[in-house]
Amino acid sequence: MSTLEDIRQTFFQECEELLESLDDGLELLRDGLDEGQPVDSEAVNAVFRSVHSIKGGAAAFGLEQLVRFAHRFETTLDDLRALRLVLSFDILEVCLRAADQLAELVSAGREGRTLAEDAGAQTIAKLISLSGGGDVPPADGGEVEEGLNTYAPMPLNFDPSPMLECDADNKSLFKISFAAQPKLFINGHDPVHLFRELSELGDLSVESDLSRVPYLDNIRHDDCSLQWVLTLLTTEAEAALWDVFDFVVDLCTVEIQKIVQGGEPSIHIGECNATAISAENVSIVTEGPSVPLAAEVASYSNTQSSNAEHVAKAAPIAAKATVCVDLDHVDRLINVVGELVINQAVLTQCITAADIPMTAALSSSLDEFMSLAREIQEGVMSIRAQSVKPLFQRMARIAREAADLAGKNVRFETDGEATEVDKTVIERLVDPLTHIIRNAVDHGLETEEGRTAAGKTDSGTVTLRAAHRSGRVLIDVSDNGAGINRARVLKIAKDKGLVPADAVLPDSEIDKLLFLPGFSTAAEVTDLSGRGVGMDVVRSSIQKLGGRINITSEPGAGTVMSISLPLTLAVLDGMVVDVAGQTMVVPIATIVETIRPEAGDLHRLADGMTVVAVRGRFIPVVDLGHVFKFREATKTYSDLVYLLVESDHQQMWALAVDRIHDQRQVVIKGLEGNYGHVPGVAAATILGDGKVALIIDPEEAVQRTDADQPVPDHSQLKDC
Amino acid sequence: MQANVKTLPDDERELVTFRVGEQDFCIDIIYVREIRSWTPATVLPHAPDYVLGVINLRGAIVPIVDLARRLGLPKTMLGDRHVIVIAVVADQTVGFLVDAVSDIIGVAPSAIQPTPDVTAQTTRMFIRGVIALEDRMLRLIDISAVLPPLAEQAAS
Repeated sequence: MSTLEDIRQTFFQECEELLESLDDGLELLRDGLDEGQPVDSEAVNAVFRSVHSIKGGAAAFGLEQLVRFAHRFETTLDDLRALRLVLSFDILEVCLRAADQLAELVSAGREGRTLAEDAGAQTIAKLISLSGGGDVPPADGGEVEEGLNTYAPMPLNFDPSPMLECDADNKSLFKISFAAQPKLFINGHDPVHLFRELSELGDLSVESDLSRVPYLDNIRHDDCSLQWVLTLLTTEAEAALWDVFDFVVDLCTVEIQKIVQGGEPSIHIGECNATAISAENVSIVTEGPSVPLAAEVASYSNTQSSNAEHVAKAAPIAAKATVCVDLDHVDRLINVVGELVINQAVLTQCITAADIPMTAALSSSLDEFMSLAREIQEGVMSIRAQSVKPLFQRMARIAREAADLAGKNVRFETDGEATEVDKTVIERLVDPLTHIIRNAVDHGLETEEGRTAAGKTDSGTVTLRAAHRSGRVLIDVSDNGAGINRARVLKIAKDKGLVPADAVLPDSEIDKLLFLPGFSTAAEVTDLSGRGVGMDVVRSSIQKLGGRINITSEPGAGTVMSISLPLTLAVLDGMVVDVAGQTMVVPIATIVETIRPEAGDLHRLADGMTVVAVRGRFIPVVDLGHVFKFREATKTYSDLVYLLVESDHQQMWALAVDRIHDQRQVVIKGLEGNYGHVPGVAAATILGDGKVALIIDPEEAVQRTDADQPVPDHSQLKDC
Repeated sequence: MQANVKTLPDDERELVTFRVGEQDFCIDIIYVREIRSWTPATVLPHAPDYVLGVINLRGAIVPIVDLARRLGLPKTMLGDRHVIVIAVVADQTVGFLVDAVSDIIGVAPSAIQPTPDVTAQTTRMFIRGVIALEDRMLRLIDISAVLPPLAEQAAS
């Protein structure tokens, strides 16, 4: 049972990849249309192949709904391939929706759900209207049933490949029938040598034809009853093939047939592909007859599996070799490697402590050890890294869905899809990005009339970009809409009492109001946004990932949301500080700046609160030593160092610490597993000396200042 | 190794015995992962007073419980001779500070007597039973009762 489940899992994993290449293909087609280029037949093929493979696999698992829809989609794609339909923006739009629906069905299948019967009915109707020829079978007719029983995904693995080959490399496919006469052997020739020579011309596969082999009692020792059928994929002309048989022409029967011509206009190649597929239909679905050429290819596919495999292997676009690894294994490795790095630091310290003379050899080995350890660490971390492409494609779906709901014409563009980010980061970006993109479509972009009035193109554009910058990942969502209506934002904030009624705020501060909890600008709650989850949730989920989010907007030109994230959740850039004798780590991402104020800059307020003046602003001081109950509230704040941090609500705080040691990358270790959550502490790490240091969560730490906490008995701790 | 070599009578249990605050205690050996010497722990803010802090156990962050304090005895005055018994209970790894580990003994379940009624409430909470060994009394600790509370603190 579990093996079937495994296969099922594999199928759905493959589906993910296929959906990805489906999206890729459609993207390519759209770019082609944009630039007014002729339709890229290979992209159409790739799209078709993806849908077809999903259909094949789905049939094997009895996912009828998926099969039916895929089949419908496939019919339209087949029409596109065969040039019965000419690709246009409208058709592409339908295909994109169909791809979304397909993705929806796949995920429904994965979770064992069935969608409502009318789900995607609109898309199906559109597809039918596109390919509404007589060859469209009824959606739930016997044909599909037959498809369910007989669909074997195998043929697809190979059939388009030789076509791609001939398209890409100007190669031709030849079929050679060869039968030796006894004289051939008498003259000292050997078919093996001939075949070897042929194989030097290109990709050769050989199939023995045993039809003439007699029963043992009739066998003649001097006759060769074996015959061969060879297929050769080559750039050479037919004459070159004849040259091989030059010396043996009289001693054998040779027939050379050109099956596919290379180097002809792509329209012809398209035909090749189309016929190849419909030929496959001949054998499976018993549709109408096709051109003989195609039948030929089809018969190859059925009788010569070795040939098929061979040609498939020669496919020009070699897939990247990958292995699927359980994430637990990777995480264990990351843990051990983190340990190795710490261990190396400990070792160095031990050597220094033991007063062992640092010879050149010793110090260079230590250095090498260190760099190797770092290299392993980086390598292991990169295993967890994944490209943001699937995320982006998912967002493209969200954008289309949002555009439909909002009744807007939206173009979604992406850039930097190859950017790699930690898997967990990617997973946790889905919700915030979904929200941001829905917002961009719903609030950011104007309606069509609004755009026309502003002298803009009908369709608005939302762009999702990713890039690596100085050890972090930057993700931008920008739209070319109207920009933030600052007057309105400020008015709403004042109406809701989020800012004082007489507040005068600079533009950037007004933009930041959007991140306040309980802020929603939508005059009416739409289906898309304004469900009570605001940008504040987006902001806090980004911050939980150790990231920051910023908003910039230009009236009339659009809005940009910029997210900056750490590459991984396994390590963090931290500032190592001393708090009442305890070594602690503050995430650098949260620190705005560090200051060492003059005594005159510190002011005591009546309620015991202290504030520090920074460039004319008074910022409340929080003594971390006091927050964590390491010491009583200090009377003298002047000899402390202050880390300015900004909380979720734009509130600045100055965290007082005794000393700043240095900045370094630390490996994040959870406390939850063996102990539980400690208020004000995000996690722990292990320092170079092997000791544990706590990583502070500044947001939570400052909130503890007025929380009434029972003071634990720490008197015995002074002993340790 | 020892458990593999020595053949125990069928129902006999192996217990690790140790001293805490002048008293003898023991726990079932299946919970004990290792015994190591005391290393200073990093203080955890807002922790109960019997939690000394956390240490680095080969990359894992492990909380250390002062067993004496946990059992209601005077807190341990730390010295070089103290050891930490690392125990694993249902995926939770915790270190217990004890004065010294004494022995590993095999005990038949019948030899474990119920905890005398007269004892203080803390004792009844944490002690599963007592075992008479020569002239000493071993208190069998209910390991899950002495763990620092995990669930209610894990806010998120």
